[in-house]
Amino acid sequence: MITVARAVAWRSIHNFLTNPAFLVPSLLFPLFFFVSFAGGLAAIGEVPGFDFPSGYTAFQFVFVLLQSAAFGGVFTGFAMARDFETGFGRRYMLAASRRSGIVAGYSLAALFRSLVTWVVLTAVALIAGMDVGGSGGEIVALYVLALLVNVAATLWAAGVALRVRSIQGGPLMQFPVFLILFLAPVYVPLDLLSGWIHTIASINPVTALLEAGRGFISGDPVLVGAAFAIALALSFLFSIWARGGLRSAEAAG
Amino acid sequence: MNDGLRNQVGQLARRSVLRTLRQPAQIVPALVFPMFLLAVNAGGLKDATNLPGFPTDSYITFILAVPFIQGALFSVMNSGTDLARDIETGFLNRLALTPLRGAALLSGLLAGSFLLGVVQAVVYLSVGLIAGAELAAGPAGALVILALSVSITVAFGTIGLFAALRFGSGEAVQGLFPVFFVFLFLSAMALPLDLLTTDWFHTIASVNPVTYLLEAFRSLLIEGWNLPDLALGFGIAAAIGALGMLAATSALKTRLVRT
Repeated sequence: MITVARAVAWRSIHNFLTNPAFLVPSLLFPLFFFVSFAGGLAAIGEVPGFDFPSGYTAFQFVFVLLQSAAFGGVFTGFAMARDFETGFGRRYMLAASRRSGIVAGYSLAALFRSLVTWVVLTAVALIAGMDVGGSGGEIVALYVLALLVNVAATLWAAGVALRVRSIQGGPLMQFPVFLILFLAPVYVPLDLLSGWIHTIASINPVTALLEAGRGFISGDPVLVGAAFAIALALSFLFSIWARGGLRSAEAAG
Repeated sequence: MNDGLRNQVGQLARRSVLRTLRQPAQIVPALVFPMFLLAVNAGGLKDATNLPGFPTDSYITFILAVPFIQGALFSVMNSGTDLARDIETGFLNRLALTPLRGAALLSGLLAGSFLLGVVQAVVYLSVGLIAGAELAAGPAGALVILALSVSITVAFGTIGLFAALRFGSGEAVQGLFPVFFVFLFLSAMALPLDLLTTDWFHTIASVNPVTYLLEAFRSLLIEGWNLPDLALGFGIAAAIGALGMLAATSALKTRLVRT
């Protein structure tokens, strides 16, 4: 399984690094979101009741970090769907001794994709003057949380890609992720939301992930157990979903 | 316009309109996506109205201008993708064998964008008003919003035509979508220009024409009748349309020479 995963990951990473059409959007999208939110909405930090200690740049950095983690997984799902559409995925299925290694390989590639994005995003945020109040351990915990989000999103996208086996399944991978991310407290803390969006955000699992992440960066950890439990539970549930997708692809021949 | 040219434009416009109507995949995202973001932004950024100097106490009224620009961005994709498909399938080559004029081809292809612009404007404005947005300029203002929205949609549509003729590939046209979104993101989209406190962002937003397109809509929604803002909005739309058409005409000539 490790050999299969390594081979699949190597090919995906090679494609990612050598094709600007894959590399550039992965890097630019999170940066645009960060620049737009942290730069264009900086005045939101002065809204009465907004009392995030590390400032608005750090507040938005956590959202963009988790968003890039999720979309790193989704974009890898696109690559997987494309491979199956062109028939390359079928060759993987024939060659792999343990087919779960294929999904593991794509997951490793998704992680690599996200790591590249995180390095660039973090550098830009620090250059922009982001205030980091968290300790070294808390910052590591933030990136581990992002890593788990990346794994969960990759397994979700893999499950769709293996069932649809066409890039036409792209919106199906992307839209639910987009929806759940933006129905969380993106611009202001949960307490400042009101009405229907507060109700939805209160039950949205991404809210706990965001609040924990923002707690880590400001040095005031909250909802740590809940956030890691949610991230692990999502990863577990989507691993079952991806496994079902693999069975579906096998059945399709 | 003589009868021959009118007939040519009419035939292509009919084809463009039917093509748009028969592709729900073009219409639905252009309606649903901006409405979803409107709902999320209106809910999430409601407290921005508490900032000193915010021009209205209704955030949904302020943010309602944004879907009109997002919808126009979809027009770039739709008009461009349709023409790119004509190029990829060889339909443009067949058209080139007919006595059809370049101006007729480009004008006719924009009919789909015009229709989409009308549908989008009616839907966005209706949903916004139902959700509680205000329209300070009254019913006549609604008609001006419709005219402005269609002008911008058609103007952006010319850029889609240029991209299709220049690159000849639907995939390349689709790839332009994020590039155009950057213009929206780096504008006074979520807060008024005066409240953009980050210096470099304020500078970029000040020179970004999208800011002034948004302000033209906002003048009607928030203030009533502000003629300089409206003139600037219509002027920018006309300038983008003229430049896009010029570029598309030039790219069409080049493409037909290649053919």
